[in-house]
Amino acid sequence: MFKRRFWAVMLVLVAGLIGYFVYSTNGPDSSKKFKLGLDLNGGIELIYQADTSGIAIADISGKMNSLKDLIEKRVNVFGVSEPIIQIEKVGMIGSDASEQLIVDLPGQTDIAGAIAQVGKTYVLEFNLLKKELENSTSTLPLTADSFESTGLTGAFLEKATLEFNSTTGEPSVALQFDSEGSDLFAKVTRDNVNRRLAIFLDGDIKSMPVIREEITGGKASISGGFMGSAGIKEAKDLVSNLNLGALPIPIELISTQSVGASLGIEAVNASVYAGFWAFIVIALFLILWYRLPGLLAVISLSIYVAINLAIFKLIPVTLTAAGIAGFILSLGMAVDANILIFERMREELARGRELGDAVKEGFARAWLSIRDSNTSSIITAIILYAFSSTPVVKGFALVFGLGVFISMFTAITASRTLLLAIKHDNAGKVMKFLFSSGGHK
Amino acid sequence: MFIIKNRKIFYTFSALLIIISIVSLFVWKLELGIDFKGGSVVEIRYVDARPEVSVIKQNISDLAQTISLGNYVLQPVGDSDFSLKSRLVSDIERQQIENAFSNNGTIKTELKKVNSIGPLIGKEAAQKAIVSIILVILCIVLFITFAFRHVSKPVQSWKYGLMAIIALAHDVIIPTGVFSILGHFKGYEVDTLFVTALLVILGFSIHDTIVVYDRIRENLKNSISQNDKKDFETIVGESVSQTFVRSINTSMTTILALVVLYFLGPEATQHFSLALIIGVAIGTYSSIFIASALLVTIEKWQKQA
Repeated sequence: MFKRRFWAVMLVLVAGLIGYFVYSTNGPDSSKKFKLGLDLNGGIELIYQADTSGIAIADISGKMNSLKDLIEKRVNVFGVSEPIIQIEKVGMIGSDASEQLIVDLPGQTDIAGAIAQVGKTYVLEFNLLKKELENSTSTLPLTADSFESTGLTGAFLEKATLEFNSTTGEPSVALQFDSEGSDLFAKVTRDNVNRRLAIFLDGDIKSMPVIREEITGGKASISGGFMGSAGIKEAKDLVSNLNLGALPIPIELISTQSVGASLGIEAVNASVYAGFWAFIVIALFLILWYRLPGLLAVISLSIYVAINLAIFKLIPVTLTAAGIAGFILSLGMAVDANILIFERMREELARGRELGDAVKEGFARAWLSIRDSNTSSIITAIILYAFSSTPVVKGFALVFGLGVFISMFTAITASRTLLLAIKHDNAGKVMKFLFSSGGHK
Repeated sequence: MFIIKNRKIFYTFSALLIIISIVSLFVWKLELGIDFKGGSVVEIRYVDARPEVSVIKQNISDLAQTISLGNYVLQPVGDSDFSLKSRLVSDIERQQIENAFSNNGTIKTELKKVNSIGPLIGKEAAQKAIVSIILVILCIVLFITFAFRHVSKPVQSWKYGLMAIIALAHDVIIPTGVFSILGHFKGYEVDTLFVTALLVILGFSIHDTIVVYDRIRENLKNSISQNDKKDFETIVGESVSQTFVRSINTSMTTILALVVLYFLGPEATQHFSLALIIGVAIGTYSSIFIASALLVTIEKWQKQA
């Protein structure tokens, strides 16, 4: 008996410490505060579809990663705290499969600015004018169809610099390719002497020089479009933008979401408020119906809450309104294991067992139901997590799955330790009353 | 046992609900949210007093003409907010909409929420939703078949799985039907969160069903070892009544939590909690009144065959 009580006290102490950890790390400067999703914190989420049609399948993931790095740099220039940039494969099979880039900017409100900063598509391409059109350029309007791709793009760019023509003073943008790009550039120029090579920026022709000879060393230049002081600025911007990254893959904005900070705060308050009252209502129900075991279940539920919140902080789990809803839902479900055990205990008591035996038997028999039923909930959570198309659903699935898992743990450890710690021998009338439940004699 | 004896009454009741749901789904369909069909929602908050609704309506309708917005839904939200739902708008159009709301900047507004979703994402979300519902059902049936593999008499374990699916279909169809009715009369939309709610309902309902099946499994074993020659119907009836209080109480605590969430929780999860409340109630009902009763029915069929 002493040993059991010792463990029960230890359990409550440890849970208290966990609770204190959760409580004490909520300050604004704490490194362990709750991580809030965009819907609670306010911010912008942009989702881009990457056009991978022109890229060999083997290269896609590498290019997507360099795309991600480039966007990260752009966002950092923007000065967002803790941006999250993710690549997401969508579509499950073959031709439907495509790549998306998800950019989360917490705390931002300037949608137009964010889109401009992130999504500027400096797609630099070097395309050859088709042979049959070479003599008629002056008469025909040129379209994208008038050119053939050389495979040389901004992805091979090492750096861009601003230069001025020593005689006219006109600015030009000098491009330096990386070694792979230099080889490709040399090959393109060697094979296509006397043809016209157009430099495309974002689908616009920037210049279209004639290739005179093979160019080795990987140097090219964009010139002729920069007039006057506006031209200098344009050239400067172009240089910095090219250096910040000509996107290796063209991207298209397909989803914008923005949540104002005030809406986020309202949602947080409402969530906390709802969570608090849900707990109180459940606790009242448990105590009124199951009396003493009900009270123990409430303690065990508190331990569940403390562990869960601590894990949210430690992993850390990004909490969204849906995630918190999942947590509140799991409060209701976490009680289930306790109820299963109590109902089983009550049956054993009704069969005339001693209180202590009834508690043990109740646990042993309820365990199978608890295990099987929770397994199905965990299966649901895993599938939800794996197949969710939105971060909202992912957040919900993670919280829900964790909740089911932890509730199983607290039911078989906490509830059990607490119930066994109560003096069962020679249980008098009072004890029997406390252990029976509402609705039953 | 009352429930098992009178199972036909409950079958009829469920069949009725399902028919109403399916008819409503055919006639009124579902009001799809923009995360499935693509589009934009812009929500504005007026920092000071909200201007006359008619003024805003006029401004938006003028703008809708110029940028050919097509069908749109303009609604006041609460005391100080307004929301505009329309086709997918570009960022420039979004700024024009903001301007229309703020009467060209003369009334102070704050952008509360913007949600623009391209049709591509919507299509993908819808696909994923269907795939995940099917997968969840499939995995659960496999799991039940596995968990009850030692039970073969008088009803084989895969039939437990099959009956569970019928109960699951019941639990998914009815809340969907309710949302189709709510969609028609009150404009409630079905979004990815609704699908999430359906999946949780599946999980919850199966959770309940497994607890009853588990009890049937145990009572069958006891009956065999004691050789008391109880018939299957009696065993199922006893199992249902033994787990009855637990099922009701677990659902009670869950529904209590959800009701609190519905009334006190954030706006964003209000319809979500409503879907869950309906689903949990229906799921509990089907676990008690349908899933186990079906086992008895199938056992009777086997005997006749």
